[in-house]
Amino acid sequence: MPFISNTDAQRVQMLAEIGLTAEDLFADVPPELRCRGLNLPEGMGEQEVRNRLAGIAAKNYIHLTLFLGGGFYDHFIPSAVYAMLSRSEFYTAYTPYQPETSQGTLQAIYEFQSMMCRLTDMEASNASMYDGGTALYEAMMMALRITKRNKVIIDDSVNPIYRVMIQSYTRNLKIDLEETTNHEGLANRDAILKALDEDTAAVMVQNPNFFGCIDDFTDIAAAAHKKGALLIVSCYPMSLGILKTPGAMGADIVTGEGQSLGLPMSFGGPYLGFMATRKQYVRNLPGRIVGETTDVNGDRGFVLTLQTREQHIRRDKATSNICSNEALCALAATIYLSLLGKEGLKETAQLCADKASYAYQRLTAIPGVKPHFPAKWVFNEMVLDLPCDATEAIGKLIEKGYAAGFPLSRYYKGMDNSILIAVTEKRTKQQIGMLAEELEAIL
Amino acid sequence: MKLVFEKSVKGRRGLRIAKSDVPTSINLNPDLLRDKDAELPELSELDVVRHFTELSRRNFGVDTNFYPLGSCTMKYNPKVCERIASYPGFAHLHPLLPQLRSGGMLTQGALEVVYEMDMLLREICGMSAFTMQPMAGAHGELCGIMMMAAYHQDKGNKKSIVLAPDSAHGTNPASAAIAGYTVKTVPSDENGLMSIEALKEMLNDDVAGLMLTCPNTLGLFNPHVKEICDLVHSVDGLAYYDGANLNAIVGKVCPGDLGFDIVHVNLHKTFATPHGGGGPGAGPVGVVDKLVDYLPISTVIKREDGTLALDYNKSKSIGYIAPFYGNFGILLRAYVYILMAGKEGLQRVAENAVLNANYIKEKLKPYYDIEHGQVCKHECVFSATRQAKHGVHALDIAKGLIDAGYHPPTMYFPMIVKEALMIEPTECESRETIDAFIGAMITIAKKAETNPDELKAAPVTTPVGRLDETKAARELNIASL
Repeated sequence: MPFISNTDAQRVQMLAEIGLTAEDLFADVPPELRCRGLNLPEGMGEQEVRNRLAGIAAKNYIHLTLFLGGGFYDHFIPSAVYAMLSRSEFYTAYTPYQPETSQGTLQAIYEFQSMMCRLTDMEASNASMYDGGTALYEAMMMALRITKRNKVIIDDSVNPIYRVMIQSYTRNLKIDLEETTNHEGLANRDAILKALDEDTAAVMVQNPNFFGCIDDFTDIAAAAHKKGALLIVSCYPMSLGILKTPGAMGADIVTGEGQSLGLPMSFGGPYLGFMATRKQYVRNLPGRIVGETTDVNGDRGFVLTLQTREQHIRRDKATSNICSNEALCALAATIYLSLLGKEGLKETAQLCADKASYAYQRLTAIPGVKPHFPAKWVFNEMVLDLPCDATEAIGKLIEKGYAAGFPLSRYYKGMDNSILIAVTEKRTKQQIGMLAEELEAIL
Repeated sequence: MKLVFEKSVKGRRGLRIAKSDVPTSINLNPDLLRDKDAELPELSELDVVRHFTELSRRNFGVDTNFYPLGSCTMKYNPKVCERIASYPGFAHLHPLLPQLRSGGMLTQGALEVVYEMDMLLREICGMSAFTMQPMAGAHGELCGIMMMAAYHQDKGNKKSIVLAPDSAHGTNPASAAIAGYTVKTVPSDENGLMSIEALKEMLNDDVAGLMLTCPNTLGLFNPHVKEICDLVHSVDGLAYYDGANLNAIVGKVCPGDLGFDIVHVNLHKTFATPHGGGGPGAGPVGVVDKLVDYLPISTVIKREDGTLALDYNKSKSIGYIAPFYGNFGILLRAYVYILMAGKEGLQRVAENAVLNANYIKEKLKPYYDIEHGQVCKHECVFSATRQAKHGVHALDIAKGLIDAGYHPPTMYFPMIVKEALMIEPTECESRETIDAFIGAMITIAKKAETNPDELKAAPVTTPVGRLDETKAARELNIASL
């Protein structure tokens, strides 16, 4: 195998020098515990493996024009993101335990933490989590620790994928998880206020929510705080180019999926969970945190800090079992946000909203197609009702080359005709127009 | 070096955003908009490229330096794996596509990768089925323990304790605790292996399972591992194999043959996916027959016509632990690596990793103390106690190695070894590299006696000197706001 450097002759020599035989190296494994020989194929060369994988890749339908979102989006990725990410000094390094040899990773993470705070209007961020769903689950656990309470309220306008993940994680824990049903596409105020009590650790909401609707949780934050509960907001970072920030709404913990910030869709991962909070809760944050300090000469440098929260020191008393973060994905987001910059992020977010607005007008002009919720502000995603079963319509549009959206019946009862349509800055006016024509033709 | 924000120049742009071809008709309610812009830097593309290139040069990576960071397995990451992961057929694939047309007919290629990985890992680990969902090793541990809990609950077992040896990675107790268990620590014996006597005393009907790394974090294979698993089974407990060190025995020993019921595999350690500066990882989990029903949703199954489908219909499953199918891009890299290694290659991985580690151990024995000097597997743990007498601690040796051009070994872990220096060369490294490293370690051992101050002042060749970690925690500055 080309990834092993030593030759047979070198191996023989090395063994001789240390007075061992090849058998001695595994003599501690009793014979009856040794493998009887694996049934695996012969190894392949690079040319063969590239051909084989190109064949496998070709079986995937990537030629479809995507109007599919659901929390995971087809955004444009500038070339410089991948070029910088391909620097192997970044991707072949490990967790920066030795700060002097890892200032590149450490400073990049510090910059990532800073950008997440600036985007969300929060004061502290960790170095990232696995994905938006585990970040929301960890935020919930954090709120339970902070408040020492037992009950959590989550509105069903939060991404259903995250909600089923949270249900799995809490199955064995004695947590009272109360789900409220959205009111006309927004977090259900009446139900949330009714459920809020002295046992409530947190209220969990999302903006823009799973339906693409834009909400302002300032009132929920105030109500939660009155009862001593925290507000956790899961958000779509691209939207923060223009939308009111969770910080301005009074959120205590902000999480989200960072895939929209320069990461390919890659069939579900690796993605980027992020988590930011207020300064007073920083010691309750899970995961890695990078802090600024000085070296022996008084020069600025960066280190992993507050490590006493973490599993390698606190073991079973740690704030989380998380060991790695998604450092390389966080780096991608940092490079992406540096390239777009202050104006570029704003413009891209605006472009998404404009194109979605155009799509909304075009699609709702089709006879029989109606918005599911009464007029509401949307960012780049919308729920439309078709005059037929949405899954069937989507199936027909695939034949025409469109992944037209996501059928909501999968997660919401009574929404058989509803389709969730996402529009990013990559979709052109022509593509939107063609989708409208094709949709009209099949109805 | 300046922060990216400190290089910002008002009005500079790093990307021309595509021209809008639609009317800017939208007038969002101003109450829903942010009142001031996010203060992101304003830079040209060249500024950004220089900044991140400069940052990259302030890092050691496997491609630039020998990186014998024990227990982390810093092996070479084949370039072809990166290339294949960027194929548009994989990178541009939306994760919800399988749900648009029945049974994932739009993503047969991606499902093939997941399915084939499942089959390969079953064979390599001797398990009945795998989930690809866990997004890191620690996440795999949590998933495994959740299945353990579901199994006991289903059987009506009331168990509250998970055992782990004192040499375990911190993630073991942390994962078990987060899944709702009380963790008890089994001490090691004088040979550096988990004490069977202590285990016997601690085993009772309240024990849900044992988490074990094999070979353990001292790099030692426990020849009694089968007996240990049998003992755990005798109280209807489950034996959990922490696959962090599978790279030492891959192709030579099957965890399933040892009696384990649950196995997680850190793909970066055994199957050469990049560490990425701390992730993303992937931690597939395999189980024996009696636990298959509890695997997370979804799994990939083969239909009678040979096509692949996602199975969501699993009533006993622990549910969703990841949004989709795990860190697919990482699974894909590992899949390519396994295809290239093949049966023979995987055995060579273990053999060469073990040879390199023993070679270092024997060559450095005269210069550094080692508590457990027997034949090791993929890593060896020295103790800097001899050097500490001259005031030179494991930390100083690590910093001295940096000046010699090496990434240091893991320090002060496992916690049961004083002044631990845990060296893992991996199978990839050549004898020339390893000999040079041994030379540097010997020079440092001599310096510890003759010129300890030089080591205590190290490193001097890096962009920054030793950093004040206490100050970092006390004056907490974790974001430039």
